[in-house]
Amino acid sequence: MADNPQAQARPARPLSPHLTIYHWAPTMLVSITHRVTGVGLSVGMLVLAWWLVAISNGPDGYQGFYNLVGSPIGLLAMFGFTWALAFHTLNGIRHLAFDLGYGFKKETARLSALLVIGLSLLVAAAIFALVWTGHAGYLG
Amino acid sequence: MQTPLHKVKGMGSSHSGTGHFWHERVSSVALIPLTLWFGYAVLGLVNASEVTAISFLAHPVNAILMAAFVIITLYHIKLGMQVIIDDYVHAAGAKIALLLLVRFAVIATGAACLFALLRIASL
Repeated sequence: MADNPQAQARPARPLSPHLTIYHWAPTMLVSITHRVTGVGLSVGMLVLAWWLVAISNGPDGYQGFYNLVGSPIGLLAMFGFTWALAFHTLNGIRHLAFDLGYGFKKETARLSALLVIGLSLLVAAAIFALVWTGHAGYLG
Repeated sequence: MQTPLHKVKGMGSSHSGTGHFWHERVSSVALIPLTLWFGYAVLGLVNASEVTAISFLAHPVNAILMAAFVIITLYHIKLGMQVIIDDYVHAAGAKIALLLLVRFAVIATGAACLFALLRIASL
């Protein structure tokens, strides 16, 4: 790049506000969480691939996968993936509504953000409650 | 597109117009019903025996739905990860390396899933 004659004047200018200066709002939290859950679910996709390959590998591979997923750490990860999928799906629907031009009013966006947080936790808890009370595994 | 053709076609600095944005939306719409089915399938197979899991996934309808879920999810992942890399990685070398890594990983994962599904169907 060519030399900028005004280069010396630059450092004195104020920097734009960064993350730490903002008062966190539900809309900001949900926005970054959508991205974080997206990355988390990409890892979850690898676990899904592992599950399919394990099933195709016969009894030994299948049992090994199930033992790991059934361990405390495995269950915690599964709860994380369940909540992340619920959150990303619900907030994805919220974003599709934005794309269609709905829900842009400040209060509406705030309310839908809180709704996504609450509903995603509820869905994840309900799914694990179904498993805990023996209502899962109905395809067996 | 590296040639000046994108200027002629009016596709702007992204070189691909609104294609990326639109594909992300279309894949997300397709994933809503597929995710509901996926939840139904996985919840129904919790603690299931291997025979149950195989007979479920070997059924043509379930095999096709699972393949569709996997392929569209991986495509959606490729698009989403590209946005994140574009946003946070500014060094040209690292950016290209990461974009290539995502593409290769997505294709490898998809190939493994589809091969596993075919193998399950033939068990």
